[in-house]
Amino acid sequence: MSAPDLPLWAAILVSFFLVAGALVTLLGSIGLWRLPDFYARLHAPSLGATLGTGLILVASMICFSVLQGRPLVHEVLIGLFVTITTPVTLMLLASASLYRDRVEGNDAAPKKDPPPTEL
Amino acid sequence: MTRLKRVLPYPLLFLALLGMWLLMTQSLSAGQILLGAVIAFGGCWTMVALDPPAGRLRRPGAMARLAGRVFLDVFRSNLAVGSIILGSEDRRTHAGFMSLRLDLTSPYGLAVLAIILTCTPGTQWVRYDPSRRVLMLHVLDLVDDRHWVRTIKERYESLLMEIFE
Repeated sequence: MSAPDLPLWAAILVSFFLVAGALVTLLGSIGLWRLPDFYARLHAPSLGATLGTGLILVASMICFSVLQGRPLVHEVLIGLFVTITTPVTLMLLASASLYRDRVEGNDAAPKKDPPPTEL
Repeated sequence: MTRLKRVLPYPLLFLALLGMWLLMTQSLSAGQILLGAVIAFGGCWTMVALDPPAGRLRRPGAMARLAGRVFLDVFRSNLAVGSIILGSEDRRTHAGFMSLRLDLTSPYGLAVLAIILTCTPGTQWVRYDPSRRVLMLHVLDLVDDRHWVRTIKERYESLLMEIFE
């Protein structure tokens, strides 16, 4: 497959956003490896799900808008769906893990909920 | 107004579904608008069958401000979490659980708050207890928990209460 025939300015913009989004997502994956425990690791994939996805979608919008000569913005739907579905998974994982840690008596989770912080 | 409600119980949902359909098909032809309207109409009546709790949506200005804040905070927290991931061992071990009392009670407001907190890297919604109105969070950079309480209550909760209550 040949590369799409983009003008130079668009090619530079598209590659910038694409590489930036890929790097942010990669950073999230590195976080999965470097962070110490399950709960801390839950924070890492949201890098890819927010800024990473966003930058890649911007690259896609610019690329196909330039190629087809009209503004294409339907990628915002991908962003919308990823944004409202990722929290469901992460919240389920967090509460399942908390439940299991408490039943098994692991140290990773506190035995009781911490008292509410007052200002 | 009541007659419109009887035919079209959720006008905003109707518009949102129609807009989504037109974006997905990438067309503004009469046929797609008609098809989208039929699907959006079916979606609205499915929602009636699900009987969701009543909610209301007010103050578009507050919505725009909230969207702006969230956009900015997602950007900033991505940078913060990125630097924690690449930083020294010492910075990666400040994670912990904390709780805070919420004044927001609207289920829709709470759902939006859950999306905001989970989508900004660094804070993770763990559990909300509606009888005590206490939310438990996991925070990656838990140095000062009062800072997080202030951030959540002042930056998000006050606007969410304006919009949903």
